[in-house]
Amino acid sequence: MESKLHISVSPHIRSKRNTRNIMLDVILSLLPATAAGIVLFGGSAVAVVVTCIAAAVLSEGFFNLIIKKEQTVNDLSAVVTGLLLALNLPANIPLWQAVIGSVFAIVIVKCFFGGIGCNVVNPAITGRVFMLIAFGSMAQAAFPVDSASAATPLVELSQGNVPDLLELFLGKNGGAIGETSVLALLIGGIYLLARGVISWHLPVAYIGTVFLFTLAVQGDLTVTLAYIFSGGLFIGAIFMATDYVTSPSTPAGKLIFGIGAGVITVLIRLWGNYPEGVSFAILLMNILNPFIEKWTPRKLFGGKKA
Amino acid sequence: MKKNSNISVLFKGLLLENPVFVLVLGTCPTLATTQTVIGAFAMGIAAMVVLICSNVVISLLRKVIPDTVRIPCYIVIIAGFVTIVQMFMHAYLPELYELLGVYLALITVNCIILGRAEMFASKNSVAKSALDGVGMGLGFTLALLAMATLREVFGSGSFAGMEIPFLKDHTVDILTQAPGGLLVYGLLIFAVTAITQGRAPKKTSFGCEGCPSAGNCSACAEKEEN
Repeated sequence: MESKLHISVSPHIRSKRNTRNIMLDVILSLLPATAAGIVLFGGSAVAVVVTCIAAAVLSEGFFNLIIKKEQTVNDLSAVVTGLLLALNLPANIPLWQAVIGSVFAIVIVKCFFGGIGCNVVNPAITGRVFMLIAFGSMAQAAFPVDSASAATPLVELSQGNVPDLLELFLGKNGGAIGETSVLALLIGGIYLLARGVISWHLPVAYIGTVFLFTLAVQGDLTVTLAYIFSGGLFIGAIFMATDYVTSPSTPAGKLIFGIGAGVITVLIRLWGNYPEGVSFAILLMNILNPFIEKWTPRKLFGGKKA
Repeated sequence: MKKNSNISVLFKGLLLENPVFVLVLGTCPTLATTQTVIGAFAMGIAAMVVLICSNVVISLLRKVIPDTVRIPCYIVIIAGFVTIVQMFMHAYLPELYELLGVYLALITVNCIILGRAEMFASKNSVAKSALDGVGMGLGFTLALLAMATLREVFGSGSFAGMEIPFLKDHTVDILTQAPGGLLVYGLLIFAVTAITQGRAPKKTSFGCEGCPSAGNCSACAEKEEN
């Protein structure tokens, strides 16, 4: 007879959330930005997105097959990595480069370190940084919407031209596929907040720090807003920096992470060699993440005050 | 294959005890001179010549050199051969001399050469030490060539200066830079470990004998106290 009394160790309450439906939420929240990218950049954007997702999923599948590991493709995290990487690439990038970047992100950054949950740094960000260094032409990350605006807004800003704020907000400017439309990214971010996938701490601290630091240096609100709305700040702060594996788990830690990333971003943007610093900033903070976690330990429920 | 037979002494340097991919010695020239196949080949041959000569001489003198000052003695012998190779290249192969630059002189402090002197030549016969030099030298050269081939073919789209039609339009620039060198290095160590799994000597099997600072570190002091 089967006993009705089950004795088991904790956890006793299980939620329905799992990796797969969190990843599904992230994909859904990225759809507005993807759609905006396709509207702005046309068919070549579709090709880059499809290529990156296919390369990411296939390489994870094959890797697990070769080393006889449990298949993890179904948790959709490879789709998220592929999609995020694609949204961080210019639409005119040669597709073979997109494939190499995706395979690098999945195999070297994620699978070699033990797969999902074990990677030290965010695969999509590292894939982008790798491509930035690997392919010289990526450095500009420019794709002209019309022939007149070949440079990305950050390049124009560094030359002293202030682009139209509304156009920046909607995304009518050069840049990577998914990073230009702040409006679409905000919609996705609000969806993630509402679903409880991310908390507000990290994005707000990150964007806030960039805002205050840039304002302090530039001293002009319009210029500062132009800096905030251009480049990869919003996609980085909302979607890349908030990766569970590579960002702190406590609110205090998230604030530290956000402020640190914000400071590094502004330093690179205003004084560095590269026009954009978001991916480098997030990568560096990813590496510092274990230390931040150490400084901001989680208080145990019912535990003594430290 | 017997552990110390002549054949195993000769061939262990190629894969099982490859100085670069298994012993992880001499990483500085490995990373610095493998952007081009020609540079890597020249570096490998130069180091091999020095390695064979120094192994032979150190083995000849192994009963003469006092234990307490052996490292300076080895370095003097190695530096002597490096100077000969350097002058020879300067005279007859000036282009390669320019290409290798400071790394030619740095062969003196190449850990592979000092490591083999300490680990092998100082304990074995002249003939075996010469064979060890040939094997390790070939292993070093092959390792450099493997790295340089990957880096030049995919990083610059050429092989030994000859352009490869399709690849020269599809180069991965990072491979010619330092991070790319480390990346290729890591991947090749991974490949070699995968091939030699279980057969490569475990690190601990070298013990204090293989350690360049043998007898002078805290671990050895503790051992002596016990």
